Parts: sequence; structure tokens; C-alpha cells
Amino acid sequence: MPASDTPIRNAIEIRNLDFFYGTFKGLKNINLDIAEGKVTAFIGPSGCGKSTLLRTLNRMYSLYPGQRAEGQINLHGQNILDPKQDLNLLRARVGMVFQKPTPFPMSIYDNIAFGVKLYENLSRSEMDERVEWALTKGAIWNEVKDKLGQSGLSLSGGQQQRLCIARTVAVKPSVILLDEPTSALDPISTAKVEELVNELKNDYTVAIVTHNMQQAARVSDYTAYMYLGELIEFGKTDQIFMKPARQETEDYITGRFG
Amino acid sequence: MDLKIYKRRQLVNRVGLTLSMSAMGLGLFVLLWILYVLFSNGIAALDWAMFTQSTPAPGSEGGGLANAIVGSLMMVGVTALVSTPIGILAGVYLTEYGDQSKTAGLTRFVTDIMLSAPSIVLGLFVYAVMVAQVKHFSGWAGTVALSLIAIPVVVRTTENMLRLVPGSLREAAFALGAPRWKVATMITLRAAQSGVMTGLLLALARISGETAPLLFTALNNQFFSTNMNAPMANLPVVIFQFAMSPYDNWVRLAWGGALLITLTVLILNIVARVFFRDNAQR
Repeated sequence: MPASDTPIRNAIEIRNLDFFYGTFKGLKNINLDIAEGKVTAFIGPSGCGKSTLLRTLNRMYSLYPGQRAEGQINLHGQNILDPKQDLNLLRARVGMVFQKPTPFPMSIYDNIAFGVKLYENLSRSEMDERVEWALTKGAIWNEVKDKLGQSGLSLSGGQQQRLCIARTVAVKPSVILLDEPTSALDPISTAKVEELVNELKNDYTVAIVTHNMQQAARVSDYTAYMYLGELIEFGKTDQIFMKPARQETEDYITGRFG
Repeated sequence: MDLKIYKRRQLVNRVGLTLSMSAMGLGLFVLLWILYVLFSNGIAALDWAMFTQSTPAPGSEGGGLANAIVGSLMMVGVTALVSTPIGILAGVYLTEYGDQSKTAGLTRFVTDIMLSAPSIVLGLFVYAVMVAQVKHFSGWAGTVALSLIAIPVVVRTTENMLRLVPGSLREAAFALGAPRWKVATMITLRAAQSGVMTGLLLALARISGETAPLLFTALNNQFFSTNMNAPMANLPVVIFQFAMSPYDNWVRLAWGGALLITLTVLILNIVARVFFRDNAQR
């Protein structure tokens, strides 16, 4: 573990996690800690289970019959795989941003307000403040402040994705999951989103799945390399990229494989 | 490069294009022909009296379709009020809640059967369970028969339109901690609203011309009446009876009524397209 000055607290502790798509085992005995206030990246070739792992953290998989997880995932000490776990409350605490931007078919303002209204009763002026705050956090306020009434669908792809990040931030979760958030974006939008991820970790715990190894190296503090449903190596990002302990990790990172 | 393969593909393309263009041409030709016949016969009846006077008694001069127009509007209106909530709720159930469950499968099966059931059978059914019991025809019975036709159409189109909404949009809403009913009403239904509304309008267009189920249920009424509990005049049945009558003014009114229904359906369709296309692009 890192020899840093301040002790690292874990937002999420994953213990002996197995995941099944029907009979197919998608994740095999995963043990992993996600540090609070840091960015943790999941890398690995397609089908390695990195997105699956991310989708266990807010129990997105529970929407689909036939998918199930075994083991423990402790979010701030509480096991979210417990059948008694309320999924709506969990997802309000663990936000998620997807690969493709998914603005709701409503105004930019309402895109942000939708999630906030689910759990908070704000006055009009409080909501206005919250919307501005979230859009500022999402680094998109200056681009949309004069057209909050316009449909979220009228924005460009990169703006839509930042709107989605702002929407997730608006409900004030403690953890934000990003599932390949830039793979559908152009390089300039990608750079903006990466900058945003760097900002986010000041206030949130961030877990990001990415296909792009440079991106993992740029934005994350910790990196997990996965292959065929197994966690091969996990550690500080510098260490994983400079001096990986496992040969498989090195092969993947240097491009000899994957 | 093998030019033979390329040339062959060009030929196949040309043949395919010709076939589809002629299919379109045939459809368009028939439609225009229908409109031409309707206009040339019906335009003469399209006057102020048609909207102000009721259907004439046998042998009397003039007359209009006011009672039939109002009767049709009332029955179609009530049908819309009944079948819209039922149809949309069922469609939402099928996509957002039931999905692959047995209940949903059964609902889909029943809907499909109702969709293809001959409308005269539905009319006969309502006659047996409603009209024969109370021993008189009524506008309510007509409304029930029309609803039985409209509901499955609305259920099917609603389901199809909701299925077009990408799963990622649902997931995104769930990811914010939204409960299922909020996702269904605020996100998916809203994303599909133009399609759902178009389906509604098409269902209304379809029932506004239905004759067979009304013959057994609302029948007809020579006089102006807004009493839904009594026999009720309506355009399709009036057209049916008047078109085959020996009186010239009746036949003329039948053509006028036919033109009126067709124009209404046409306008409904155009409104649906123009209005909801603009909506979707906004």
C-alpha cells in the first residue's frame, strides 16, 4: 500500500466478488479497495469484466434478471449486495456516467433538476443555485447559461457528456462511476472531460473504466488491470505503468498484447 | 477489379428501384383515384346545411348530417378518453414492468388477437352483452365497441414506440436513483411521446370510419340527439344506409359524409406528422 503522508480511507471495499451472467462467470473472486477522494481506473481488453465490475458498484445489473453477484461490496462499511439494500438510495449515493451521452428529452435545466427533485425539496431559487452549481462543476455552465430552457438534445456530443456528469454531480453522490466516458467523444471534448475528472476527485471518489491507457495514466491515482474476469494487478498508477509486478500487465501496457 | 460483379450489382439495384417505385406509384395512384371519386361526388353536398341540419326523413328535401357528425364526434371523443389511458398504461406495463413475464406474454397475445379480430365480431359481442341486455341501442354501446378496437392499437403502438427508446436512457435515469414509475413516466414515455401520440391519432382515425361495430350498437338516429343512452346517429352508418337508398338527396349526403370522414382522417394524419416532427426536432 502507498507510503503517503495522510492515511488513505477506503470508500469501497470489494471482497471475494463473483459475478454471473446466467451461468457464465463474468468476475472471479475480485478483492479490491477503492480509496476515498481518489481516482481509480479499471483497464484491460474488451470483455475482461471492467464494466461489469463497475456496474456491481451501483447494482445496475439488478435491472436484469439472470445477472447476480456474490461476495461483499462494502460502501463506507455497509454491504450493498445485501438483499435488503434499497437500490434507489444506493444509486443516489453512487452516481454513474455512461459511454454514450444520455441527455433526457427535456430542457438542460430539467436534466439537472430531475435527479435533484427525486430526493430533495428545493425552492425555485435554491434549485436555480443548485443547477448553476452542478453545471459549473460539470464545466459547462458558460456554454449553456443563456439557453437553460433548450432541450438537452440540442447540445453537441461533448457538451451532452458534460451535462450528464453535471447531472450526476447535482444529486451530490459520494462516489461517481464513469464507464468509458470519453470513448464516443472527439479529442478536445475528451481533454475537457479528463480535466473535469481531475477536478471531481477533490470532492468525490471516482472510479473510471477506460480503454485508453494514456487516459488511465493521466487521470487516475490507482489502476486495476483486469483480464478474463480476474483482477491481475492493482496498485498506484505510477507503479502499474512504470514498474508492473506482473508480466501480463506489462505486456498489455506496452501494447504487446490486447 | 471485377467489373462484372459491379455491373451486376448496378442492374440488381436498378430492378429493385424500379419495382419499389412502381409499388409506390400504384399506391399513390389508388389513393388519388379514391380522393378524386370522393371529391367529384361529395363536394356538392359539402355546404352549410350539411353541418346545421339533421338527416332528412324519407322523401323530404334537403337535410344535412349535423346529428351524425355530432354523434360521431361524441362517440369517438369518449372512445379516445377511455382508450388513451388504458392503452398507454398497458403499453407501459408491457415494456417497463412486465417485459418477459408470463402476464406480459399473455397480454401481448390477447392484444394481437384483438387487433386482428374482425370488427363485426366485436360489434356482435357488444350487442350480445350490452344491447340485448338493456333491450335498446345506445351511444354508450357504440363507444364500448369502438374502444375494443382502439385499445389494442394504442397498446401495440405504445409498446413499439417505448421499445425504440434506448436502454441506456433508462439506465441513466435509474443511475440517478429514480424509481421505476418515474423512469417510465418522466423519461421513456416522454422520449417516445411523439410516436405514442401518432399512434393515438392513427387509432382515432381508424375508428372514426368503423361501420360494422356501430351497426350493432349505436345503430342510427334520424334526429339530433346527444343522449349517449339512446341510439345515436354517426357518419359511417348514415353513409352505409344512405348510399344504398333510392333518394337522390340521401345518396348525395352519403358522398358528402364519406368525403368528410376522409378529409378528417387525412388532416389528422397530416397534423400528427407535421406537429410531432417539429416536436421531435426541437
